[in-house]
Amino acid sequence: MTAVIEFRDAILQALDEELGRDERVVFFGEDVAEAGGVFAVTGGLREKHGPDRVFDTPISELAITGAAFGSAVCGLRPVIEIMFGDFLGLSMDSLVNQAAKFFYISAEQASVPLVVRSAVGAGGRFGAMHSQLPANWFMNVPGLKIVAPSFPADARALLKASVRDENPVLFLEHKRLYAIKAPVHGEEVAELGRARTVRDGTDVTLVSAMKGTHDCLAAAEQLARSGIDAEVIDLRTLRPLDVETILRSLARTNRLVVVEEGPLTGGWAGEVIALLAEHGLHDIDDIWRLATPDHPIPYSPPLEDAFLPGAEAIAASVAGRLGSSGAAPEPMYSPVS
Amino acid sequence: MSGAPGEHTLAEPAVELDRDQALALYRRMLLIRGFEDTVQSLFLRGEIHGTTHLYSGQEAVAVGVCSALASTDRVAGTYRGHGHALALGVEPQALLDELLGRETGVCHGRAGSMNVVDLEHRLIGCFGIVGGSIAAATGAALALKRQGCGGVAVAFFGDGATNQGYFHECLNFAKVLSLPVLFVCENNLYGEFTPWEDVTAGRIRERAETLQIPAATIDGNDVAIVRRFAGEAVSRARAGDGPQFIEALTYRFVGHSRSDPGKYRKPGELEAWRERDPLRLAREMLVSGLDAPPDSVAQVETEVAAEIDRITERALAAPFPEPGPVREFAP
Repeated sequence: MTAVIEFRDAILQALDEELGRDERVVFFGEDVAEAGGVFAVTGGLREKHGPDRVFDTPISELAITGAAFGSAVCGLRPVIEIMFGDFLGLSMDSLVNQAAKFFYISAEQASVPLVVRSAVGAGGRFGAMHSQLPANWFMNVPGLKIVAPSFPADARALLKASVRDENPVLFLEHKRLYAIKAPVHGEEVAELGRARTVRDGTDVTLVSAMKGTHDCLAAAEQLARSGIDAEVIDLRTLRPLDVETILRSLARTNRLVVVEEGPLTGGWAGEVIALLAEHGLHDIDDIWRLATPDHPIPYSPPLEDAFLPGAEAIAASVAGRLGSSGAAPEPMYSPVS
Repeated sequence: MSGAPGEHTLAEPAVELDRDQALALYRRMLLIRGFEDTVQSLFLRGEIHGTTHLYSGQEAVAVGVCSALASTDRVAGTYRGHGHALALGVEPQALLDELLGRETGVCHGRAGSMNVVDLEHRLIGCFGIVGGSIAAATGAALALKRQGCGGVAVAFFGDGATNQGYFHECLNFAKVLSLPVLFVCENNLYGEFTPWEDVTAGRIRERAETLQIPAATIDGNDVAIVRRFAGEAVSRARAGDGPQFIEALTYRFVGHSRSDPGKYRKPGELEAWRERDPLRLAREMLVSGLDAPPDSVAQVETEVAAEIDRITERALAAPFPEPGPVREFAP
């Protein structure tokens, strides 16, 4: 049976079902139990699954993340919430030095099955320290998976898969997606590390994740009106990256843009471009990336709106690079523009 | 002098051990000392790489605490962790092989001196970042409480870690969640090269007490005292009384790491602490307090020395790991 639900309710369903399925699953974080989360995602879980398994913590990201690591090594499957992704800097030692390295340096004595949920992304007028999408802080941490869903169905299926995964998983939830509604199927548990082509096209491939996927789909509709047939790939997982799906699309379209919400320098869009250059050079007519400028996220609405990737900007960039009529000057940040 | 033995020390006549127990503790402490001596020697010969942080002088803390633990308990150690590992029963051969980077090491040479893990022997890790053990043990306690097995987690850490965020966050976290965890601060007077009182405001024990965590400052060089206080603290944690705290006053006889000659020591300080060498105190307790026959004590000393020689020889002959494919993720 297919229900149409909000993204936040898809997250809630996944947590509820995994808590119900496996006694080892626990869920904790700041304001998640009594208040149900500042983004109103987790209400009712404590009442249903009990205060021993769903509980509020002090505002102590070091302790929350360290406790997730220690409890995962000792047999629990903790899910924690770090309220805003910007706070993940405080979680770094436990995630990077403890959780992500444990499987390897212990010579595979045990794995560390934990999930860090975190709300990320700009557009909410939250300013420079509550708006970042800090996936790249963790992109070069071996042993850590990074999941970045775009649709309610994937949010549910990927979160369930993350809870069942044997490795530490950073599960990113874009703030501007919480209220979107879409169909969610009953039992699907997705496979981590698999991208999905969400729109077929032949002229150019748009690759993105999270809110960027929706912007790319909107851009594709705009481009269609000017005769450009764009394919859109939703990465769904940033690490491991599904390079095969991207390469297959590039082989058909020969032109590819990666759209990333995050600073251009050192971003995952650059990693995708590097993989294409290494493995798909013969298929490339043009590849490039669109990302956010290398400065902190501004507060003022016109400044923040101009800062973010959007459908108009993506469409204009693609039309410009493809030499279509109506090509606009590139409005988005690029070091060579 | 701040932190000197005796100050704030709840030292009581602590001979509650029988002779066999005391002899076993003495043997374990000797093993750690002998192990660290051979590590130092192998390091100088270039057989152990990078750096090492030796436990010599602090043996009574790890041995006393770990002798009070049950099979359900879990321990997080520090980068000065050889003593923690050996006190828990980690195979000395596997540990020494690890330090030499051999395939037969407890982590197949992947971890080295500072990051040893041996889950089979209750060691959930030794943590190379100061304070990391505090968080790991706090999490372990969360799991043990949830599992209802009566297990207690122990965090070993130094005086330096009490100025890390981990310390303050995790003690509070453990208290408000009433987690079964014993925090053991090994105050060896120096955080790396710096005297602890130069960089630490107030008293370490009082930091725990202000959170209403039961706390004691004890003579960390007397294994019987450590064992007694640890046993009582672990019992309280096991009974559901929440986190417990012990500040064990002790002293390392060697530098912070291999590059540290210890020039910051105050004149006469090392000599004064050598008078209270934990091995010497344990031997006196055995011979004078428990009337152990000198022959039996000497026999233990001979056996441990022979064991150290044997594992050293075998470690040097053990194979190195072959570079090869590695799994990034657990299946």
